[in-house]
Amino acid sequence: MTHPDFLWRDPDPKPAYDVVIVGGGGHGLATAHYLARDHGITDVAVLEMGWLAGGNMARNTTIIRSNYLWDESAALYEHSLKLWEGLSDELGYDLQFSQRGVLNLAHTLGDVREGRRRVNANRLNGVDAEWLDAAEVAEFCPIVNVSGNARYPVLGGTLQRRGGIAKHDHVAWALARKADACGIDLIQGCEVTGFEIAHGRVRAVETTRGRIAAGKVALAAAGHTSVLAAKAGLRLPLQSHPLQALVSELLEPVLGCVVMSNAVHVYVSQAHKGELVMGAGIDPYNSYGQRGAFHVIEAQMAAALELFPIFSRARVLRTWAGIVDVSPDASPIIGRTPVDGLYVNAGWGTGGFKATPGAGWVYAHTIARDEPHPLAEPFALDRFTSGALVDEHGAAAVAH
Amino acid sequence: MMLLDCPFCGPRDENEFRYGGQAGVAYPANPAGLSDEDWAAYLFVRDNPRGWFRERWFHALGCRTWFTVERHTVTHEIRKAP
Amino acid sequence: MSRLPSGGLIDRSVTLPFRFDGRPLHGHPGDTLASALLASGVRVAGRSVNLGRPRGIFTAGPEEPNALVRIGADPMLPATAVELHAGLEAWSLRGKGRLDPSAPDERRCDKGYLHCEVLVVGGGPAGLAAALAAGESGVRVILVDDQPRLGGDLLGSRVRLDGAPALDWVASAESRLAALPEVRVFTRTTAIGCYDHGYVVAVERRPRGERLWHFRAGRVVLATGAHERSLPFPGNDLPGVMLAAAARTYVNRYGVRPGNRAVVYACADSGYEAARDLAAAGVEIAAVVDPRSGGEVVTGTVTGTVTGTVPGGDGTLAAVLIGDRRVEADLLAVAGGWNPAVHLFGQAQGRLRFDDTLRAFVPAGPARTVTPVGACRGLYSTAQAIEDGYRSSLTEFRVPESDEEVLRAPAAYWGELDPDPTAFVDLQRDVTVADVAKATGAGMRSVEHVKRFTTASTGADQGKTSGALVVGVLSELLGAAPGEVGTTTFRPPYTPVSFATLAGRDRGALSDPVRTTAMHGAHLARGAVFEDVGQWKRPRYFPRDGETMTEAVRRECAAARTAVAAMDASTLGKIDIRGADAGAFLDRIYTNVFSTLPVGACRYGLMCTADGMVFDDGTTSRLGERHYLMTTTTGNAAAVLDWLEEWHQTEWPSLDVRFTSVTDHWATVVVAGPRARTVIAAVAPGALGLAFMRCAETGVLGVPGRVFRISFSGEPAYEVNVPWPYGRALWETVLDLGAVPYGTETMHVLRAEKGFPIVGQETDGTVTPQDLGMAWIVSRRKPDFVGKRSHARPDTARTGRKRLVGLLTEDPSVCVEEGAQLVPEGERGPMLGHVTSSYPSVALGRSIGLALARDVRPGDRLTAISGDTATPVRVVSPVFYDPDNLRRDGDPADDAAVRVPPGIRGRAESPGAAFAERFEAAGGKRVREVAFVPIWEVRGEDPGTGMRLGPDWWLVTGEAEPEPGWVDVSGQRTVIEITGPGALDVLVTGCPIDLHPSVFTGHAQTLLGKAPVIIQRFGDGYRVYVRSSYTNYVGEWLIDALEG
Repeated sequence: MTHPDFLWRDPDPKPAYDVVIVGGGGHGLATAHYLARDHGITDVAVLEMGWLAGGNMARNTTIIRSNYLWDESAALYEHSLKLWEGLSDELGYDLQFSQRGVLNLAHTLGDVREGRRRVNANRLNGVDAEWLDAAEVAEFCPIVNVSGNARYPVLGGTLQRRGGIAKHDHVAWALARKADACGIDLIQGCEVTGFEIAHGRVRAVETTRGRIAAGKVALAAAGHTSVLAAKAGLRLPLQSHPLQALVSELLEPVLGCVVMSNAVHVYVSQAHKGELVMGAGIDPYNSYGQRGAFHVIEAQMAAALELFPIFSRARVLRTWAGIVDVSPDASPIIGRTPVDGLYVNAGWGTGGFKATPGAGWVYAHTIARDEPHPLAEPFALDRFTSGALVDEHGAAAVAH
Repeated sequence: MMLLDCPFCGPRDENEFRYGGQAGVAYPANPAGLSDEDWAAYLFVRDNPRGWFRERWFHALGCRTWFTVERHTVTHEIRKAP
Repeated sequence: MSRLPSGGLIDRSVTLPFRFDGRPLHGHPGDTLASALLASGVRVAGRSVNLGRPRGIFTAGPEEPNALVRIGADPMLPATAVELHAGLEAWSLRGKGRLDPSAPDERRCDKGYLHCEVLVVGGGPAGLAAALAAGESGVRVILVDDQPRLGGDLLGSRVRLDGAPALDWVASAESRLAALPEVRVFTRTTAIGCYDHGYVVAVERRPRGERLWHFRAGRVVLATGAHERSLPFPGNDLPGVMLAAAARTYVNRYGVRPGNRAVVYACADSGYEAARDLAAAGVEIAAVVDPRSGGEVVTGTVTGTVTGTVPGGDGTLAAVLIGDRRVEADLLAVAGGWNPAVHLFGQAQGRLRFDDTLRAFVPAGPARTVTPVGACRGLYSTAQAIEDGYRSSLTEFRVPESDEEVLRAPAAYWGELDPDPTAFVDLQRDVTVADVAKATGAGMRSVEHVKRFTTASTGADQGKTSGALVVGVLSELLGAAPGEVGTTTFRPPYTPVSFATLAGRDRGALSDPVRTTAMHGAHLARGAVFEDVGQWKRPRYFPRDGETMTEAVRRECAAARTAVAAMDASTLGKIDIRGADAGAFLDRIYTNVFSTLPVGACRYGLMCTADGMVFDDGTTSRLGERHYLMTTTTGNAAAVLDWLEEWHQTEWPSLDVRFTSVTDHWATVVVAGPRARTVIAAVAPGALGLAFMRCAETGVLGVPGRVFRISFSGEPAYEVNVPWPYGRALWETVLDLGAVPYGTETMHVLRAEKGFPIVGQETDGTVTPQDLGMAWIVSRRKPDFVGKRSHARPDTARTGRKRLVGLLTEDPSVCVEEGAQLVPEGERGPMLGHVTSSYPSVALGRSIGLALARDVRPGDRLTAISGDTATPVRVVSPVFYDPDNLRRDGDPADDAAVRVPPGIRGRAESPGAAFAERFEAAGGKRVREVAFVPIWEVRGEDPGTGMRLGPDWWLVTGEAEPEPGWVDVSGQRTVIEITGPGALDVLVTGCPIDLHPSVFTGHAQTLLGKAPVIIQRFGDGYRVYVRSSYTNYVGEWLIDALEG
């Protein structure tokens, strides 16, 4: 892989910007990119408290798919997947986007029913989806154990062939490079410590690198959204949890697709470099520690070996955790807030990576026009009051 | 694997417990009298601090007691809730 | 390169043949694969991952970046950490492992759980001293070390302590530790992770497989030592370039000369030590190169730097360039400085600082209960390390005198930043100085970015030898101090761990507990096909003579509709609810009213989550004025009990109500069908008079039982309950009386014909009772119940929500797939809902379906789309069969029993009966199921006897005289006794609590494997109280443990 010779500047913050994006992860960078590309807004700063894209963007298992159950979610994630399909070209950077297929296994009769239901909904929503029986699963992914002697035998699975993986760092760097080239300031090591709000409207952010005036402020801080929102006087329906992942050592190609199983809590793919990349369910408690409990990993390995006996001798090289902001209905929160000029894009929980371009796209629109993008409308905060939740626990609960 | 001090059973591994989130969120005395906003806040909105957090745990695989501790959400240090 | 005639810790009297890349070679006990390869003259141990460059053995420990090999089914192991054994076959790699499905993995891995006051990681001088200091103070100590023997760095050194070889001191320390009964020493055990609250996970390599230890320690002492590092000069990767300490270890510990003529690059004083030891072993020291001036004078010492290497014809080191000088050598021993092994310390959230003198990141201080000692915090000399280890004790210990030289600061030097394409910072990932420079040139400032951009330190060694080098080079490139650049985050595991090791015993049938009912053996004997429902195995259908499922279900349905059929319903959750406020409590939980239910009556109830969505359903019966029995769905039994207890304890503690699970106590047989009464007349004549939705405590075939007249099929039906031990006999008797056994599939058809929804099938967490058409069950009189307020929210109260409807296909022989989406007739959208249930119905002679759909009315024509199939359907009422409930009372003429069967009192079968012989075979007399004893759960008042399980919860066993209010749970659990000296060793492989005899003297509720249990000290052993449904799981688990 050859990277470009230059990626981004390391500027000091200016005193004021039209738009300040808080959070230099995938969503923040994508938002900056689409603000510039689609809305001509380039007087933008992206403030990152650590290193660029060093949060969940650097920690996720890079699975991309759009096979969500409800119309609202399918529309948003499918829009994102379509953007992915042109993103390497658009950004002029090899994102190693590989549409190798995402298999979602069913282990109980209930899984089968829900899997079929989702496949049918997806197809009617223009999302590619297929139902495979156990034999077809084995044909598509020969190393999956579909024998009846597994503790929870594989009864079938859904397949989204257009789903796959991409190289997370490349995505972040490609977006950063584009934004930087448009004159957008990517400012690292700059933590937002407060908001200046007058007459119900945000005026500036206070940061560890001084006050920065802002016409509009857009939160894109994933697991830290609640902490920021609290500084602006807002309480959001979000809880931050550790989400663990791990990689094996480099292996010769053995797994050509993405395999997920909600029932036994596993998802796995093999990265281009050769390592198996795996994830588990979230740790149940609130934490900002970027680390989880080891028994979660142990349980995940036991589950993985039920599906993939061949992995028995593969070795775990490294485990880690991100901080995911989980919403009550496992769907994101995108839109305006009670503070004028302050926007929120959060609650992506375990599934933010796949939404990177789509979220940036609709968020940029929402910020630029001060009204929700139609795809984002169902994901506004007021759904928690009306009860019109977009409950994607079935599609997102454990696996992403 | 955190070690939680159950008030009845003593220190036990985290996976014997169920997490209960923020402590001290009482069921409203008269739900019917609440606005939709206030009811939504009861249902869905909880504190989510980076730092000390009063939270509930349930010793599901032990004495089945609910109890409250203070835990730091970054260091995971635990102290008895006042 | 050759084996020395004497010296080292190998046994030359035994020869171990092995193969490397097919070549037959040999070594000796005490060798690693790496030392045996070096002794055999093997210089190229593998090729690099990207560039394919030949690489040799670089280290003598788990930090090895180069010499990765495949051994059998193990795809990638560092040759430096593999103990040699006879017949070993190793294959060199090019940076990647290969998983070979044909290579069997015969290891049997397991886990272990131990507790101690002090856990010491590392059995070198500091760790031994720390373990001694703690151990002699009398506390419980665990010492783990990754090598086959204790000594750490001293195993590879010629240091003398108090005038004697350092290993004498090690031996004396070891024997003092062995004399301390509360000290346990684990060799071949690598601590891989250091977690919150003193939790350390370690892998012990045992002959049959690994054991994953989980240690909980009051204090953790990290004596993990330090790793030497290299420098990035051109050609620093040639085979023959080796870390100086490794070269020293090969001569001293393994009796192997790693070269014949050596150049030593002494940026740190460990180079001089290596030069001395190599020279003593007969290696010619061609030069010692030291960037610092004023170094020790050894043969050919030059002040300067190594500027390159020259490969010979075979690609291995032939000469070393020192400025303009070329020195012929086949070994370049590099002492680039030391990096304290702070991995575990970092995992424990310990803070590091860069020490400008030591040129290394060292702990800034202890991290709460985790204390680094010795080289792990930069105290490199043996005496310093020992002193540091001792310091943790109040007792005075004498520090031995060492003959080591005083160490000078290493060179303040990270290399020349040579853009040469062979000046590597990370050998495993083929990352060069130029690669790092490209990253900074692209704008990267963070070491995390550079790591990701270059992939440095992401290899199997996780950068143990390269990490500090990347930081050093980066700091030079950026003009920033290394301390400002910082390190990347240390993440577990310290060394790679195989998946199977982490899974332990949780494989196959033990990967998740299989819960079974009292009738399971009978179902197996009858050839039932099972369905997984939660952890339960439930019979889905009972095929006869090669029937397909469709045929079997057709026959089972026909029996239930025309004669009599029976189902094992034992898996339904059953919760005994008592107290003066039990009715009031249920009124708050259920959407409907239970406080007015007459004693002896049953009522169907729905419960919602606080946001108004259906959570569970079931029938709750009033057994007494203050006594109810709730049933739940199979999958939700535990969640519902949790739910009840949560609301009671945290919201309404003043209500007098108590909950006891009796799910496993009662075995339940549903007898359904127009001729059900003939069976009831035979097995429970006392229940014959029950009206619909009434229940009775009555004798069942001579044992005390309960009968509920409840129907989930519309037919006359009875749920007959007996205590677990009689479940199988009841079942067999009912079938003998002519009832046809049926499974969950038939149950689903029967209830769908009646339009009864199933929670989890017709509901998905987004469905209210009103959506199910069950507004009738939502009380309007009660001021509140859980979920009520949510039903008034705008979106929840609106019209146009999806509702439960019935569906008929236009072609009655066609059955729509469950999960089909509904769209307007002939359209492709919008989606109006989906098919939740769909079955061929014998009773109706056609297919039927249930669906959730919006904006539809009976008579509407829709299209159901599943896959490529579009099926025309019509919306109808969801009740297909007997809408006026005319069938449920059956025909009173059937009240005569067919015949009177014998009683079952003598046919009790304990939950573990099937294990008696296997326990004996695996464990002799050490493991047995205890003979039946009556057991009660008591809540509220202290019974003054039994085991206290919670603040107001007791378990009373034996021949006590039960008080009113005691709940008989004799069938809920069985008791397995484990005795003998090995009992504790078996239990610690699955029980996470501290079972040390001085601590665990009574009983505790906890886990064994993945099963909830009560463990009780009993005589010289233990009694394990196991939920009856988990007995098969625990039995298999124990047998696996006994065999281990």
